[in-house]
Amino acid sequence: MVGIDEQDPAVRPKGPVPPRRRTQRVPAPLLLPAGAGLAFLVLPLAGLVYRAPWTSLPRRLTEPEVLTALRLSLQAATIATGVCLALGVPLAWLLARVDFPGRRIVRALVTVPLVLPPVVGGIALLLVFGRRGIIGTWLDSTFGITLPFTTTGVIVAEAFVAMPFLVIAVEGALRGADTRYEEAAATLGAGRWTTFTHVTLPLVAPGIAAGAVLGWARALGEFGATITFAGNFPGRTQTMPLAVYLALETDLQAAIVLSLILLTVSVTILAALRDKWLTAP
Amino acid sequence: MTDVRIEPASGPILDAHLVVDRGAFRLDLRLRIDAGEVVGLLGPNGAGKTTTLRALAGLQPLSAGHITVAGRDLDRPDRRLWTPTERRPIGVVFQDYLLFPHLTALDNVAFGPRRHGVDRRTARRRAVDWLARVGLHEHARSKPRQLSGGQAQRVALARALAVDPLLLLLDEPLAALDARTRLDTRAELHRHLTEHPGATLLVTHDPLDALVLADRLLIIEDGHLVQEGDAATITAQPRTDYVARLVGLNLYRGKADGHTIHLSDDFSLSVGDPLHGDAFVAFPPTAVALHPHQPDGSPRNTWPATVTGLQRHGDNLRVQLAGPIAAAADITPAAAAHLQLAPGQTVWAAVKATETRAYPAAARQVTTPAASKDS
Repeated sequence: MVGIDEQDPAVRPKGPVPPRRRTQRVPAPLLLPAGAGLAFLVLPLAGLVYRAPWTSLPRRLTEPEVLTALRLSLQAATIATGVCLALGVPLAWLLARVDFPGRRIVRALVTVPLVLPPVVGGIALLLVFGRRGIIGTWLDSTFGITLPFTTTGVIVAEAFVAMPFLVIAVEGALRGADTRYEEAAATLGAGRWTTFTHVTLPLVAPGIAAGAVLGWARALGEFGATITFAGNFPGRTQTMPLAVYLALETDLQAAIVLSLILLTVSVTILAALRDKWLTAP
Repeated sequence: MTDVRIEPASGPILDAHLVVDRGAFRLDLRLRIDAGEVVGLLGPNGAGKTTTLRALAGLQPLSAGHITVAGRDLDRPDRRLWTPTERRPIGVVFQDYLLFPHLTALDNVAFGPRRHGVDRRTARRRAVDWLARVGLHEHARSKPRQLSGGQAQRVALARALAVDPLLLLLDEPLAALDARTRLDTRAELHRHLTEHPGATLLVTHDPLDALVLADRLLIIEDGHLVQEGDAATITAQPRTDYVARLVGLNLYRGKADGHTIHLSDDFSLSVGDPLHGDAFVAFPPTAVALHPHQPDGSPRNTWPATVTGLQRHGDNLRVQLAGPIAAAADITPAAAAHLQLAPGQTVWAAVKATETRAYPAAARQVTTPAASKDS
C-alpha cells in the first residue's frame, strides 16, 4: 500500500484522482433563454443605475417635492399595511381555521385584487367609496367623510391592492402551524381568543411579518388604483410612483432619481427578507 | 383556580363510558379511576388509546356514553351536556410535550395558572415552585429548544400539574426519550405521579412504563377492553396474543382435559395444573429447549418445528419457530452455535409440563365481546 494515503486506504483509488466530471450538462435550448431572461430582468435596472445623474443626486434628493412625495408614500404605505394587518390577519385566520360553507369562494374573492388590473380596482373603489358611491354617499352624509382625492383615499387604494398579499402569506403560515399547540393551550384553560393572541399569533409571527413586508412593498409601488381613486395632488395624494410618472413628462433626470429611490427601498427589503422568510422551498 | 376540590370520600374521580364512532372504528370503553390512582392504558397502535385521551380532554366529542369527573358531567351526548377543553379540570402531558416554543420554561408553566385567573406574580411564583419540584429551577429562563428531551418532559409535566388537575392525562410520556434518559425520567415521573392527589391515566405502548408507573392496567385492542388487572395478574395470565407478546410469553388457547390441553385436533400440551374446559396455556420463551433430534425418555411436550427467524434478545438469541404451534424460544448463543441454527432448519422443541401455566379462559375479570372473539 505504499504511495497511498495511510489515513483512509479503503476509499482511496489507486493512482491519481481523476478530475471531477460534469455529469449533467445544461441543454442549450434551456440555457440560452434562461440567460436572455435574466438579462431582460436585470438590464433595465442596470440602465437605471447607469443613467443616474450621480453628480446632481444629493441636490435632487433634497428637493422639497421629492421629500414630500417620499414622506407621503412611506406614511400611506405604512398605514395601509396597518389596515391590512388589522383586517387581513383575522380574515386569514377565518380562512385557515374555520370550516364554513363557501370558504373556497371566499378565498377566491380575496385573491381577486391580486390579478385585477389596479386601474379597474381604482374605478371599483370610486363606484363604492366615491362621493356618489354606495357607501361613499352614506359616509359623506353621516360623517362628512370624503375618501376620493384625499390622503385617506390613497391609503384605501393601497390597502385594497396590498391586502391579498398579506392574507395569503398569513393563511399559509397558519396552515403550516401545528394546531396541536392550540389544543395544548386549551388543556391549560385558554379559550379560543386567548389561544389566538397568546399562542397562535406568536407561532405565525414570521409569516405575518413576511406578509406585512410584501404588502408594504406592494402598497409603496401602487400606481393605478391610487391615481384613479385618489388623483395626483402634490403633497396630498401624489406618492412616489405618481411623482415618477409626472416627472417623466417634464424632467427625465428627476424621474430617474425618484426611480432610484424606489429601487433602493425595494432591494433593501428584499435583502433584509431573503434569508429569513423568502427562501425558495 | 381549584374551584373543584377533591372530595375525600365519595366515589371515583373519573367515571366514564367512552363511545366514539369514527367510521369503521368504534371505541367503547368504561373507565373508573380513584383519587391518587394511576391507571395505565396499553394497547397496540390503532387500538384507541389516543382517542380515549382526546375524548377525556374534550378534543374529541363522544358519540354516546358519558364523562363524569368528580361528580360533574363533562360530556354527555344524551343530555346535550358539553364542557369545552379549557373548562375541564384536566392536565395533559402530550407525547412530544408541545411546549410553546416562544415562551420560556417558566412562562410555559405559568401559562395554565394565568389562564385560570391567577395574577401574574402568583402564577410566576407557582411556576418557579413547580420547576423546582421537577429539578429545573435553573432552567426557568430557557426556551424549549434549549432544553434536552428529559428536561422538556419535566417542564411539560410541571406545566400540566401547575393547574392542579383532578384528572392528569399522559400520552406516551417517555416515548420521545432515549433509553438512558428514559430510565431516570421514569423514576422521577413515578415519584410525581405518586404525589399527585388526583386521578391519572397513562397511555403507553411500553409495557415497562406501564408496569413501573401504573397501579392498575387496562389493555385495549380494537377499541375494546380485553384485559384489566394489576401488573402481576396480567404478566402471569395474559389473555390475548398482544398481551402475551407484551409480557414476553407464548400463549395458546384450547380445551383442557385434566393435565392435557388440546390446542387442535392433533396437537396437545401437557400441563402441570389440572383443568377442564376452555383454557389458556402460557410459557416463557426461556422454557423452550431446542434439540437437533427428537428427545426421548422424559415427560416433555415435544414437537418438530421450523426456524423462521433469529434475533438478539438480551444476552440470548430469540428463535421464532413455526410448526403445529408458533412459538418463541430463547437459547444461549453457545446452544445456537452447537445447533448451527439457520432459518428454514428443522429442530425439535421441548417444554416441560411444570414450566407451563394453565388457567381458565372463561373470562373472570372482563366480559367484552373482544375478549372472547377468538373462541
